[in-house]
Order: sequence, then C-alpha cells, then structure tokens
Amino acid sequence: MEAFWIILAGTLVAIPCGLLGCYLILRNMAMVGDAISHAVLPGIVIAFFVSGSREPISMLLGAGVLGLLTTFLIEFFHSKARLQTDAAIGVTFTWLFALGVILISVFAGQVDLDQDCVLYGEIAYVPIDLWITGSGIIMGPRVIYIMGIVFLLVLSFIVIGQKQLFLTTFDPSFAAATGVNVALWHYLLMGAVSFTTVGAFESVGAILVVAFLIVPPATAYLLTEDLNKMMLITTLLGLAISFIGYHLAVWLDGSIAGAMSVVAGVLFGLVFIYKEITSRPALVN
Amino acid sequence: MIHQVETPIVELHDITVSYHKKPVLWDIDLTLPSGSIIGIIGPNGAGKSTLLKAMMGLVELSSGYVRIFDQDLDQVRSRVSYVPQKESVDWDFPASVLDVVLMGRYGKLGLFTRPRKADKEVAMECLRQVDMENYAGRQISQLSGGQQQRVFLARALAQEADLYFMDEPFAGVDAATEKAIINLLKSMSKQGKTVVVVHHDLQSALEYFDWAVLLNLRLIASGPVNQVLTPELLQETYGGKLTLLAAVGDLLTKKEFPSRE
Ligand SMILES: Nc1ncnc2c1ncn2[C@@H]1O[C@H](COP(=O)(O)OP(=O)(O)OP(=O)(O)O)[C@@H](O)[C@H]1O
Ligand SMILES: [Mg+2]
Repeated sequence: MEAFWIILAGTLVAIPCGLLGCYLILRNMAMVGDAISHAVLPGIVIAFFVSGSREPISMLLGAGVLGLLTTFLIEFFHSKARLQTDAAIGVTFTWLFALGVILISVFAGQVDLDQDCVLYGEIAYVPIDLWITGSGIIMGPRVIYIMGIVFLLVLSFIVIGQKQLFLTTFDPSFAAATGVNVALWHYLLMGAVSFTTVGAFESVGAILVVAFLIVPPATAYLLTEDLNKMMLITTLLGLAISFIGYHLAVWLDGSIAGAMSVVAGVLFGLVFIYKEITSRPALVN
Repeated sequence: MIHQVETPIVELHDITVSYHKKPVLWDIDLTLPSGSIIGIIGPNGAGKSTLLKAMMGLVELSSGYVRIFDQDLDQVRSRVSYVPQKESVDWDFPASVLDVVLMGRYGKLGLFTRPRKADKEVAMECLRQVDMENYAGRQISQLSGGQQQRVFLARALAQEADLYFMDEPFAGVDAATEKAIINLLKSMSKQGKTVVVVHHDLQSALEYFDWAVLLNLRLIASGPVNQVLTPELLQETYGGKLTLLAAVGDLLTKKEFPSRE
C-alpha cells in the first residue's frame, strides 16, 4: 500500500507539472518553476508572522501570493525594462529569496522556521501523513487529496484553454490581433504554475517539482513535433518516472525524490543519445 | 501629397506612437481606399511595422485614433486579418502546417469549440490557394522560408476577412513565390478585399500596388501609386541615404513612370 500511495503522489505531481512545463519550455520560461520555489520564501515567513503558527493553509496562501508576485515581476522586468526573460527571472527570484533569508535571520531568535520545514516536503512521508476527519475517520493520505485537486484543476485548464494557450504561445501578436487577451492567458498559465508548484512543494519537495516541470517535457520535445503528442508523452513519462523511481529508491534504500529525479534525467539522456544516433546521416564509404 | 479618400476603409486620425517615450510615428493622418492593394514603403526603421500594429491595435497610441470600416477596431476584428513578419515566431514550435492554418479559424470559434470538419475544409482550401495542400501534415520546423510565408498567408485567408494587413510578405521568397503571392493578392482585391502590404522593393512597387503610402517617421505621401512614386517624394522618404538614392534615380530614369490608366 505504501508503494501505491507514493507512486500515485508522484504521478499526481508529475502530470500537472509536466503539462504546464510543456508550455513553459515553449515560451522559453522553463526556469520559472525554479524561480518560484525560491521566491516564495518571504511569503512563507510573512504568513507565519501573520497567522502565528505553522499551519499549512496560511503558509500555502503566503507562498501562493509570492508565486504570483514573482510572475508579475518577471513579466514587468521583461516588458518594461526590456530584460531578456531569463535575466528577468534571475533578478526577480534572487532578491525575493534573499529577502526571505533576511526576514528569517532578523527574527531567528523568535521563530522556529526554516525553509526546509515548508518547502522541502518529503514524498516518503505521504503514506503516513493522513487526513483524519473530526469524527476520527481516516480518509487516506492528505497529499493525495491536495494533489488530486491540483491535478484536476490543471487538467481542466489545459483542456479548456487548449486553443488559446497554443495560439498565445506560438504567435502572441496574431493572437492579440484576433482579439485574444494575451496578457490574461499569460497570467492564467503563470498562476497555474505557481499554484501547482507551491502545492507540490509542500507535498513532495522542491527538487522533484522542478525536475517534473522541465525534464519530461524536454524529453518529449525531443521525441515529437506535435504539441498534443508532446503532452501525452510527458504524461506517460511522469507515470514511468514515478514507478521506476520508487522502485529504484527501495532497491538502493535511498531518497525517493532523488531517485525519481535521477530516473527523469537518465530517461532524458537515453532519449538524447537515441536521437543523436538515429539522426546522424549514414556514412558513405 | 496626401490624398484623402471619401469613404475610407481605414482612417488614422493624428496618430502618434512612442516606444519608451521616443516617438517612432509622428502625427499620421491618413485615409485608405477600399478594394485596393496598398503598399507601405519606407526605409528600415521608418515605422512601417509599427504603423500596421497601430492599425491593428497592437501598440499603444500616444495620441489619435483609428477607425476601420468607420467603426472601432474591437467591433470589426473578425473582418480584419494580420500577417506578422514571419521572423516573429519560432518555427521550431511543435505544430503542423494544418495546425497553424486552423489558427485562422479560432476567431470564428467560441472559447470552448474545437475546430470542426468544416473549418478543416476551409483550411485545406486556403492551403490549396497558396499551393501548399501537399504540406498540410508537415511539421512547420521542416519548411523553407518561402513555404513559411505561404503558410502565414493561408492562415490569413482562413480568417475570411475583408481587410488584410501583411508585414513584408515578400521578404525572403523566390521570384516564383513572389509572383504567386501577388497574383493571389490581385485576385483578392478583385473580390473587393483590401490588402495593405509593407514592401521594400521600389522596382516592383509600381506594378504591384494601386495606392502607395510613403513613410519615414512622418507621413510623406499617400495616394495613387503613379502620383506618389515620384523622384521628389522618394528623395524625401529615403533622404540622405546616398546609395539608395542613386538606385532610385536609376530606376526613375529607366521607367519614366508610365501611367497605369
Ligand atoms: N518593441 C520595440 N521597442 C522599442 N523600439 C522599437 C520597438 N519596435 C520598433 N522599435 C523602433 O521603432 C522604430 C520603427 O520600427 P519599425 O519596426 O516599425 O520599422 P520598420 O519600418 O518596420 O523597419 P523594417 O523595414 O526594418 O522592418 C525603429 O526605430 C525601431 O528601433
Ligand atoms: Mg518591419
């Protein structure tokens, strides 16, 4: 049963992250997830001071607000200051993260709070972190519910917004010319990314989230030239990575998140080598 | 030499556009006739692309307003089509030729509706008009520059608009493709459609367009092509660029600007 819950949790994180990641890498914004994972720190600290406890809902809220702020700032620096997207991402998250570090160190005496306790959730604890109702009924692992909701929301977003996401990613000026609100769809996508990453950090840890956001879509991008197939392959990769990664971790008796991330990287490497070999022109003697 | 039209299809009233406080279009007051092929001509950086974007509502206006079909752009978007410079998108994007042409149909579909069989038929017909029907399933990363341009044209055709704005549709295409495109534009204008084209080559401008707009930050001229492409006005537009001026001079003495009537 433990294996089932962990693999399920991994998959429920992998699929929404991967689907959103497909659009992120096509928009040259792959590192946004990494940026958000750092930039939410001040939000968590402030939420802690406002609510006075380490209760997860307010922390998620604080992190979510900062996640959105991050995406706004990136867009702002990119369009107003004419910074390249990657530079805008770098500028934004480093100072927000630093702000969080300062907040923690200033109040270090009074709080029992560090980044690890919120940001680096541990996927191994999924089966024992149960949701128990007021009347004492055990509903199963809490993370499965959180990520289940995230999964459904992201899936409906991708399905409903399919045309607009495709259009605004491929050709924003044509999209605007046909009356599509390009900025709105940008922020809907970024909102979905921050919501998903923040939810998933708390459940399975940051490294795994960043890995799932980028590596499966990048692998799928090498394998196909069709956006729908790219998303399908990403989904299948997410499943495979969760499954293989869990068993690798058991076999090695090591970190599950680490093993899953490594499997993701190895699959990417294998696909890359495969593409290199098959696309090399045949040598003529 | 700025001709104003009685019942214009496009009317720009005192348009000024600035990028980062620096004006790149100054006080453009312009009317364009319907049913014609209109060339926008001027040196690099003259603001030709910006003028198209201003007409499509894609850049903020510092002053002035645009009327299309004597209405606000937002009321007539479905009747207007825009063909961006083909360099403006990433052609390595995972999509097929048909996917891109179908984008032209999105404006006619609601938020939730997916393209139907009828839309695919329209898209295929448009591909046929640009001689690309055999490429429908091809990935766009595998197209040549000229084929990319044809795909963009097919996408615009799929919009079934009445007014087309095209940013350099002839850039980087071979002579045969250029001819095919201009024939297409001519047949569109025969059907009463209006096409506004940003164009660079002065040699062909006389032959291609009914109406010409000369632009260099300010509006230099706008009117029937044989009245606008004169040595004085071209000199004013390209002023100071000596090599170009020489070429223009050559052209002018050679052609002597035959009347089109
Ligand atoms: N997004 C932008 N931000 C800042 N300045 C811009 C931007 N786009 C254009 N410009 C500036 O505005 C001026 C007009 O540019 P525009 O692209 O309209 O010229 P163009 O006539 O289309 O030139 P070309 O023939 O090279 O395509 C140029 O000086 C250019 O540097
Ligand atoms: Mg231009």
